[in-house]
Amino acid sequence: MANVLELDKIRKSFGAELVLDGLSLSVPEHTATVLIGASGSGKSTLLRCINLLESIDDGQIFLDGKEISDPLINVDEVRRKLGMVFQSFNLFPHKTVLENVTLAPIKVQGKNKDEAITATLALLQRFDLADKADQYPDRLSGGQQQRVAIIRSLALNPRLLLLDEITSALDPVLVNEVLSIVRDLKSDGMTMVLATHEMGFATQVADEVCFLESGNILERGSAEDVLHAPKNPKTQEFLKRVHQAGRL
Amino acid sequence: MSERVNSAWSPSSREIQRRGERKRISRRQGVIAAVSTTVVLGTLFTILVTSPGWEIVKKTFFDIDYGREVFPTVIAGLWINLQLTFIGGFCIGVIALGLALLRTTKSPALTPFRFLATAYVDIFRGAPLILIILLVGFGVPALQLKGISSNVIFLGTVAVVLTYSAYVAEVIRSGILSIHPSQRAAARSLGLTSGQTMRYVVLPQAIRRVVPPLLNDFVSLLKDTGLVSILGVTDAVRAAQINASRTFNYTPYVVAAILFLLITIPMTRYTDRAIRARTNAQSSEGAI
Repeated sequence: MANVLELDKIRKSFGAELVLDGLSLSVPEHTATVLIGASGSGKSTLLRCINLLESIDDGQIFLDGKEISDPLINVDEVRRKLGMVFQSFNLFPHKTVLENVTLAPIKVQGKNKDEAITATLALLQRFDLADKADQYPDRLSGGQQQRVAIIRSLALNPRLLLLDEITSALDPVLVNEVLSIVRDLKSDGMTMVLATHEMGFATQVADEVCFLESGNILERGSAEDVLHAPKNPKTQEFLKRVHQAGRL
Repeated sequence: MSERVNSAWSPSSREIQRRGERKRISRRQGVIAAVSTTVVLGTLFTILVTSPGWEIVKKTFFDIDYGREVFPTVIAGLWINLQLTFIGGFCIGVIALGLALLRTTKSPALTPFRFLATAYVDIFRGAPLILIILLVGFGVPALQLKGISSNVIFLGTVAVVLTYSAYVAEVIRSGILSIHPSQRAAARSLGLTSGQTMRYVVLPQAIRRVVPPLLNDFVSLLKDTGLVSILGVTDAVRAAQINASRTFNYTPYVVAAILFLLITIPMTRYTDRAIRARTNAQSSEGAI
């Protein structure tokens, strides 16, 4: 199986603070890689670096074998192939749900407007949001907003989907409606890298779980191994704390 | 979300009692407001009409017959102010938007223009409008350039546009900077270029946010067009001045002031309402 994403010794610091310390990772096609770790362990920064929202200090990033950490690369073209969903949804408040989703297909991919609307309505239908098409984001619940944000990034048929703690800003009751979309996508064969604190969910979707600690992957393996039989004492400590917080 | 039907309900006796109390409270507040208003306005009015110079002031500032006589010339002048405001306003909008975009761009090719835009804003925001009007109004014709009109209305408009563009550019720029970087990150991660991000995501939100200050500037613009009268343009202020100096009766000034107010007050009221309506449509919190 070909690797969609390859990270080779990524290094990134913000001023004096080293956030990613020579981190390497391979993501094969149709797999989900779950990043776990405490806040500040570098999960979000890693996702932002993959999406070229942050530039790396050293190392290489390959998408489908092509180096995208090359400064001469067209970043807009790369981002077209990557979908990203944020913790805080980041929908465009001045646009309706439909306009939020169709903006990129029309302006970036140059799709015909009617075609884009039809495709979007089909996606909204599939995820039970068809009746919200003409609403503004502020009128939706957090769960609905996050589902729209996921659909917005799906509308470009991304090669790889990056999900950055997409349920952290949600009411516990709303978490599941968002996670069930991700489960659906996983069974469709979408390649994903996601940062999450939902360990139960991680167990369900992860092909590989990576435990991040001070900018590197301390332990990696199947969900079964890492989450239920961790070898590294730091992973054990982290999972114990998560467990005490009632998230396992 | 399902709306529940609110039928088959009659208020409890406690609720009826509460309504009675509320009605009593609001009646009492109404009485207090009326008494307070009468006392304050009555006192002000009494001070005004019992002042030693009131009879003279009444004759020289509030001469209704003379006001009626000068009304057509003042309103003809006001038409000049309105034309200046709308034509100037359009030019200001275009130039200010360009300046704001230049000042927020990071494109290396536009670096010299970014410096020029900053210098422009510094100069025209820092110098008094009346000086700019005098400099343009008397300085440009002195250059005797071919093809540049020495029409005072044109030059006055140019001076006003020069100054206001700097102000409005800063208002728009502050709006652009107020949009949270996460909006930009979301747009860029969808593959939109930085230009597309500005045009479809940042600018629409920024402009909406600065509509109230822009409206303030628009009202100021209408008032400040009166300053071009110093170049000899017969606008409402100048027309009033001519009539007042002819007869030493200042009623024309009052007429001009009332005419300006008749335009500016509804303008601000209307836009307040428009802004509220749009906020309500977009955000549930706006309704509070």
